[in-house]
Amino acid sequence: MSVLTFIIVGKRDNPLYELVWQMRKDEPAHLNQFVIHAALDIVEDHVWSTQNMFLKTVDKYNDLYISAFSTASNVKLMLLHDSRSEDSIKGFLSDVYELYIKTLCNPFYDVGTVIHSTSFDARVKSLAKKYFGG
Amino acid sequence: MSQQAKNLQRAGDIAFSKMEKVNSELLSLTYGAMVSQLVKEFEDAAEVSRQLEKMGYSIGQRLIDELLAKANVSACEDFKDTAQTIAKVGFKMFMGINASVANVNEEGTEFSLLLEDNPLNDFVELPEHLADLRYSCIYCGVIRGALEMVNMRVECSFAKDVLAGDDSTEIKVILVDKLEDEFPFKDA
Repeated sequence: MSVLTFIIVGKRDNPLYELVWQMRKDEPAHLNQFVIHAALDIVEDHVWSTQNMFLKTVDKYNDLYISAFSTASNVKLMLLHDSRSEDSIKGFLSDVYELYIKTLCNPFYDVGTVIHSTSFDARVKSLAKKYFGG
Repeated sequence: MSQQAKNLQRAGDIAFSKMEKVNSELLSLTYGAMVSQLVKEFEDAAEVSRQLEKMGYSIGQRLIDELLAKANVSACEDFKDTAQTIAKVGFKMFMGINASVANVNEEGTEFSLLLEDNPLNDFVELPEHLADLRYSCIYCGVIRGALEMVNMRVECSFAKDVLAGDDSTEIKVILVDKLEDEFPFKDA
């Protein structure tokens, strides 16, 4: 399966981090980001329906699925992908959640701002490679 | 390791076991909050390092009495003994850090302290505009303050820091001079 985009969105719907792997050739630019941000409202509804942080697949656009993970402080980790393999998605989102917690503990990171750290970026990319294979 | 260093290490471990403990994450996060507040106030990495060193200086002046009272150490014969005491007893007792002495120069007036790990550094990543910040500079101040109370003036600085990308943490201590005891009265 291929994964297309991963974003982290803060509690005021402000983007904190974005990772794009593949753009489909026949689609307008930034369609991935548009689709994934459009699913934010649906994620908010799902948050109230379950006690888990992992929200599984919340939305579907044509043949693309969007899975989400909402943390305790309403920071949402969202993934846009084209097939359903729950285990690797759940593992990936949990590991990124742990990385996010470590970033929060960094005294120089202002909570709610964009994550600039290159090592965070590198680690997320290597996690993606580990779970989704490049 | 020499016999004396082994004795000091044992003294350090015993003293560490007797001390009250606090959660290291609490310490790391509190120290981090303090440093980031200093950064917001002073904005210059060198100035923040200086402030941290000053804070460490006043801590060290008080800490030396606690070390000599709580740890069962005898008087140091020369500067090398002092180095071993700081590494094996001081750092172990107060921070639980295993430190060792290296690079003692021939005259015995300089040495380096190698810290195995540094709980203050947990979770910390220095942003680019603060690459010059000596995050654990407080240790330099503590050493300087403590030794000044026992009549040694030293200069203390960081030679290597894992936060700056080096592979280990190294503090360099240089003895400047020995102070004479000052008496508050003069002979008539």
